[in-house]
Amino acid sequence: MSLLAFCEWLAATENSTALRESLFMYPLVESSHVMFLLLFVGLTVMLDLRLLGIAMRHLPVSELVDRILPWVRAGFAVMLFTGVLLFFAIPVRTYQSVWFRGKVILLILAAFNIWYFHYRVYPQRAAWDSDARPPWVVRRAGLASIILWFSIIVAGRFIAYNWFDCDIQPQPAFVNWFAGCVVPATD
Amino acid sequence: MLLPFFEWCETVWLGRMVVGSLWLFPVIEAVHLLALSVLGGAIFLVDLRLLGTGLKHRTAEELWRESRPYLIGAIVVMFATGIPLFLSESIKCYYSNSFWVKMTTLPFAIAFAFTIRAGTVTESVRNTARRQKLVGALSIALWLTVAAAGRWIGFS
Repeated sequence: MSLLAFCEWLAATENSTALRESLFMYPLVESSHVMFLLLFVGLTVMLDLRLLGIAMRHLPVSELVDRILPWVRAGFAVMLFTGVLLFFAIPVRTYQSVWFRGKVILLILAAFNIWYFHYRVYPQRAAWDSDARPPWVVRRAGLASIILWFSIIVAGRFIAYNWFDCDIQPQPAFVNWFAGCVVPATD
Repeated sequence: MLLPFFEWCETVWLGRMVVGSLWLFPVIEAVHLLALSVLGGAIFLVDLRLLGTGLKHRTAEELWRESRPYLIGAIVVMFATGIPLFLSESIKCYYSNSFWVKMTTLPFAIAFAFTIRAGTVTESVRNTARRQKLVGALSIALWLTVAAAGRWIGFS
């Protein structure tokens, strides 16, 4: 079964239809997604600003990681849960959205940045933990994180707009390819 | 009574410019959302501490001092982006309950942050742990209401 067929099957399920057509549940899930953005991205950006040597310069990086990261993780868990529900409510259109696909790619890049920081940079923290301005390798991870999460917010917000939807043709060839649109032959 | 004012708002050139563009509303809205996330970080840094968790080895006062520029900066950007968004659909906002919920809670949230909350972060016998917890919880509740009501304007 292709991913598209899977999404079509998902969209036809009773629960997906119920959530999609609900008067209150869908907006409730959507606004929860926004509310936990304050916790998750907000604290992530604060952590990144510390890595950049811009905010809370006199606090050791490890203190922030120890005390703030559990909240970042909790926030992410809720964002993932509500995000999956939002996808579940509108599977086909979301799957074929250039913004959603872009967001997924950015999320993968963000995951890589987290992995890189956690396993390649953070173990050497003894050398820079209390530096007001940590070395470039640390600042780079913070900068990449801010850029990536901000882009993820923008891409996520733009999923709601239909500029590049498959059912609005003609679209540039790149859009149809990237969104995986099934376009009937014109002649 | 207020409707004529809202009708006038919708005629302002800034709103007209936003309405006339396919991209302007979404782009401004996205920046509004980016500033919201920064506001969230500034808020939670202090409120988690007031609740007795987060950076609990620091004083709430120190965290308030550190986060205040980001809170102020975020509020400035949110006003700068929120006003054109409002002007582009003032009449819709007039008839939206969510808009009125947001406009009632927002002044409270801002006033609360810079008065009661700013006074509760200091080390003082008056600021008991219980009082700080209450203020932290109230602050989170106020801002999350503003955020959710704001999102909900788009559903009406």
